[in-house]
Amino acid sequence: MTSAPGKDRLYVMQYPRDLLLDLHRRMLAIRLCEESLVEPILDGSIRCPVHLCSGQEAVAVGVCAALRQDDYVMGNHRSHGHFLAKGGRMEALVAEVFGKEGGCSRGRGGSMHLIDPSVGMLGSAPIVSGTISLALGAALAGKIRGDQRVAVSFFGDGATGEGVLYESLNFAALMHLPMLFVCENNLYATHMPIGDCRPACALSDIARPFGMESVCVEGNDVLAVLAVAQEAVAACREGRGPVFIEASTYRLRGHVGPDDNIQGTHTDIRPPEELARWRENDPITTFEARLVAEGAASDEELARMRGEVGREVEAAHAFAAQSPHPPAEELAAHLFKHD
Amino acid sequence: MPTLTYVMAINQALHQMMEADDSVFLMGQGVKSPWYVGNAANGLLDRFGPDRVIDTPVSENAVTGAGVGTALAGMRPIVVHPRMDFMFYAFDPIINQAANWYYMNGGRLSAPVVVWGIINRGGEQAAQHSQALHATFAHVPGLKVVMPASPHDAKGLMIAAIQDDNPVVFIDDRWLHGIEGEVPAEPYAVPLGRAAVRREGSDVTITALSYMTHLALQAAEELAAEGISAEVLDLRSVKPMDRAAVLASVNKTGRLLVCDPGWQSFGASAEVAALVAEEGCAGLKAPVRRLALPDLPAPASGPLEKAYYPVAGDVAQAVRQLVQSQS
Repeated sequence: MTSAPGKDRLYVMQYPRDLLLDLHRRMLAIRLCEESLVEPILDGSIRCPVHLCSGQEAVAVGVCAALRQDDYVMGNHRSHGHFLAKGGRMEALVAEVFGKEGGCSRGRGGSMHLIDPSVGMLGSAPIVSGTISLALGAALAGKIRGDQRVAVSFFGDGATGEGVLYESLNFAALMHLPMLFVCENNLYATHMPIGDCRPACALSDIARPFGMESVCVEGNDVLAVLAVAQEAVAACREGRGPVFIEASTYRLRGHVGPDDNIQGTHTDIRPPEELARWRENDPITTFEARLVAEGAASDEELARMRGEVGREVEAAHAFAAQSPHPPAEELAAHLFKHD
Repeated sequence: MPTLTYVMAINQALHQMMEADDSVFLMGQGVKSPWYVGNAANGLLDRFGPDRVIDTPVSENAVTGAGVGTALAGMRPIVVHPRMDFMFYAFDPIINQAANWYYMNGGRLSAPVVVWGIINRGGEQAAQHSQALHATFAHVPGLKVVMPASPHDAKGLMIAAIQDDNPVVFIDDRWLHGIEGEVPAEPYAVPLGRAAVRREGSDVTITALSYMTHLALQAAEELAAEGISAEVLDLRSVKPMDRAAVLASVNKTGRLLVCDPGWQSFGASAEVAALVAEEGCAGLKAPVRRLALPDLPAPASGPLEKAYYPVAGDVAQAVRQLVQSQS
């Protein structure tokens, strides 16, 4: 498998127009949904911690576009994008963030616990690296059943400091499990630059000692991510898994909340010029420009799409607003199944 | 009725459940080796193959997490830890993930995993090859914890644990593996959360778990010769605890000795004592007593080890003192 650096841009027109527009729409849905949460976070109407994924949409969308609906995905604390890209309903996400009964987890989980088994989203959880081994199990289930299902674990660069990642890499490689380890390298583990966490920064190298196929991809190029993910998924379905994918990307918002500098106790220590450089490399605006430049879509079409997605976001907020909070008398509900 | 050893009763449960349900499978360290799990996995590999009997690398955290993940994906895994002490490495998947999952997602998806830990103690193995961690797991919302004392219950509780739609921690003790008892040939479940009166009595209630149940029964025999009638209640389930059975017995006898195979402080014995303190005090003729392990790591050297683990005589002595004391 080869890496797909930015210089070797895949030609947009190699792809069906419907696919291109669908990828764009999915990224846009994530971005506009994320940005719609900023104001409610700042005015206090959203109270749970929200780790926005603005800037990292191409990883979630590119990977999930390579999957079938019955493939499995598991996420972490920053998984709004994974949930939406896998097909989770936006109103269920927004309602969850607002702590409503209509949320995907009935208000019991909040932003960090997103789930929709009907589309293969088995859940997300904020213990760093905690869901890697769970996704490993989902892949193992696929192997035992022989049902050709693939499992994806999304985790950040920070998770590469956790031992269970290496245990899972070993186990997955040993058992040839149909699993994608997708490391979203946004260069920071909360406040700590990756260079301060590890002696060497090449995260894609960490799986190689286990004999695992590893690839490094420009995570802000949705087509590059899609190409790598399609190849990895095909390998998994043929029993040539697992595959490790390092996707380089960047978060445009705070570690938690819209802006670490004005929120809570965090301070955004990232150099302003670095942030500016990555803003130039925004996965959505750069893709839009390519679509237009290569004649795949017109400005009008894209503006229309943006309007449609904007209305979806408004509808999701309207749904969340009218959804009730879980009643206090149901505090003890859902502890055990069938009890 | 056929007679089986405790360990072969577990083995029979695994054979029958794996036969009945394709989604049931076993994984963990040493499932190919009787040295690890004491014959509990005999014949499974040959019968069900390596896809469903998975001997794993030494990676408790990832392997247990993988078990939980297979459960989320529709399987019914049994993850075995040949020594409970190794389970500390698996606390995140068991406690943070499996126990919380169903509540945390509002009842959308549960993790029906059986995490099977063996208390493997004695023989001068010292502090890290001996621990009984049932109270630690029972403290966590979302987990059920069982500790069968008899071959009959070893089979029935293993089957119930596998069938349950939630994470269950199943704990056995290597000292029980050779014990023989009547075990029906057909599959059956012993309901979780139900205690069993092992011996009826009128002067004192002894609640016990796992190996301690046998000490309590031996003690009751000894005490009967002295004219003391002890009722032995085998809790079987640490959590949910059969509170009604405890209260019913204590209301009948008026005295309670709580025997527990774990450490005394902040353990399972405190929960039984607290239940009686909160709801069953009215008829008590004497203060509640407890007999558990001292608040110490297990020692290696034989004489220290002998001093560390209670025997039937200690149970009998505690009962005598209880019967002599007045409230």
